[in-house]
Amino acid sequence: MSVLARASGSRIAALLEECGEIPAFIRIRGPEAGLVMVRGRAGGDGAPFNLGEMSVTRCTVRTDSGLIGHAYVAGRDERQAELAALVDALMQDPERAPLVREKLIDPLAQYQQAERDAVAGKAAATKVQFFAMQTMRT
Amino acid sequence: MAYVAVKGGERAIDSAHAWMAEKRRGNPEVAELSLDQIEQQLGRAVDRVMGEGSLYDRELAALAIKQAQGDLIEAAFLLRAYRTTLPRFAHSLAVETTNMRIERRISAIFKDLPGGQILGPTYDYTHRLLDFGLTEPSANAPAPTEPPDDASMPRVPDILGAEGLLESVGAPNREPGDLTRQPLTFPADRDVRLQALARGDEGFLLAMGYSTQRGYGGSHPFAGEVRMGTVAVEIEPAELGFAIDIGDIVVSECQMVNQFKGSKTAPPQFTRGYGLVFGFSERKAMSMALVDRAMRAAELGEDVTAPAQNVEFVLYHSDNVEGTGFVEHLKLPHYVDFQSELQNVRRLRDEVERLREAAE
Repeated sequence: MSVLARASGSRIAALLEECGEIPAFIRIRGPEAGLVMVRGRAGGDGAPFNLGEMSVTRCTVRTDSGLIGHAYVAGRDERQAELAALVDALMQDPERAPLVREKLIDPLAQYQQAERDAVAGKAAATKVQFFAMQTMRT
Repeated sequence: MAYVAVKGGERAIDSAHAWMAEKRRGNPEVAELSLDQIEQQLGRAVDRVMGEGSLYDRELAALAIKQAQGDLIEAAFLLRAYRTTLPRFAHSLAVETTNMRIERRISAIFKDLPGGQILGPTYDYTHRLLDFGLTEPSANAPAPTEPPDDASMPRVPDILGAEGLLESVGAPNREPGDLTRQPLTFPADRDVRLQALARGDEGFLLAMGYSTQRGYGGSHPFAGEVRMGTVAVEIEPAELGFAIDIGDIVVSECQMVNQFKGSKTAPPQFTRGYGLVFGFSERKAMSMALVDRAMRAAELGEDVTAPAQNVEFVLYHSDNVEGTGFVEHLKLPHYVDFQSELQNVRRLRDEVERLREAAE
C-alpha cells in the first residue's frame, strides 16, 4: 500500500496492463477526496499535536469474485485511489498476487527507491567534511 | 458596530471583478503561468501557503497563488476556505521525524554530530547578489551526488537527553485539542499552542521570535538542530484496523535548546522550544521554536513580562486569515455608525460654543 500511495494513477494503469486479465469490479465507495489531520509531537517525542491537514483520496472496490480492496492515498488523484484499491483486492487473490507483485508492485518499488537514492545522493554531496579541523587534531 | 445593507453595487462589483481577472492575467502577449511552473519554480511560496493555509496539497496551493496574483495571505485564505468543503477521513499517527529522509540537517551546537551536517538545498553561504544569469532561461548543471553512507541521524535532543542534560517532554498520549473543531480558549495547552503556531503567519512569528532575542523575554537559544526532508504519513482507517502508509510530506523541524534551569528536586538541565511546519520553511520553524519556548515561561517558573511570553497576545494575533478579516472589515459600509459619531461631535461642538458664549 505504501508503494501504491506514491505512484500516479497513470503509472499504475500502465503496469496493470501487464498483469494479465483484470477482473470486473465495482466501486463500493468513492473515489472521494477528503482530509487527514496530520499530527506531530511536541519536541518530536512528546505529546501529540495537530500540525495541519493534507488532502487524501479514498476508494473501496469489490471484484466480481467478491474480493474487497481499500485505498487511501495522499493527494487528489481519483484514478490512483481507484486503481490502488483494485490492486489491493487483486493482491488478496493467491493466484494473482505473485504476478501483480512481480509486474506492478516490484517495479514501482524499485522506481521509488531509485528516486529516494537520488535525493540521498544529492544530500550526501552536501555533507560537510571538516578537513581543516581534522588535520589540526592529528 | 453595525453595517448597512446596501443595494445597487452589483454592476460595479461585476466590472471590478472582470478588471481584476484581466489584471491577474496581465499582458496577454506574455505566456500564462501554469500550475506546474508555480509548484516547481515558486516552491517556497507554495510551502508557505500550505503552512499558513494549514492544508498540505502542492497543486491546490499553486492554484491559490495563481488566483491570488501571488498574494500569499490571500492564497492561504483560499486554502482555508477550500478545506471546509472536504470531509475529514481520519487523523494521522504522529509523524516520526527521527525517520525523516533527510535533505537538510544541521546543528549549531555539535560540529561532529552522528550522521554529520547536511547542508541540503540552502541559500545560506550565498552572497545575496542578484543573479542576472536567471534573466534568461538556461540549463542547470545537475547537482553533484555522492554515495550516501546510510549513517543514522539521531535527533540532537536524543543525544543530549541520553545524558539527562535536556528536559524530557515525555507527556501523556491524550487526544490533542484541535483549533479547526473547537475555538481557542485560555489557558491554552501546548498542543493547541503548537497547532496555532504551525498555521500562524511567518512574519508575525519571525518578529515575535526576534523580539525574544533582543531582550523581550530572552531565553538564550541555540539551534540544537534544524532538519528538513520527507516523512511518511500513516493513518489507521476504522475499516482496516491497522496502520497504512498514505504517502509522504515534506516538513521542516527545529529543536531549539535554551537556557538551563534547576530546582531543589531537579538538577540543572537545558529547556527546549519546538518548531514543525509544512514544507521547506526553516525560518518559520526556527521562529516557531523561539516563540514556543517563550510561551512556556509560566510553566517553567519565569516571569511573564514580554509580548512573546504572553500566550493570549501571541495566539490571538498569529493567524493572518483572522487578522486580515478584522483589519479589512473596516472597508465594509459603516455609514450609520459614522453618522451617529458625526452627530455626537457636532453636538459636543455646539455645547462648547454655547458655554463660551455664556461665559462672554
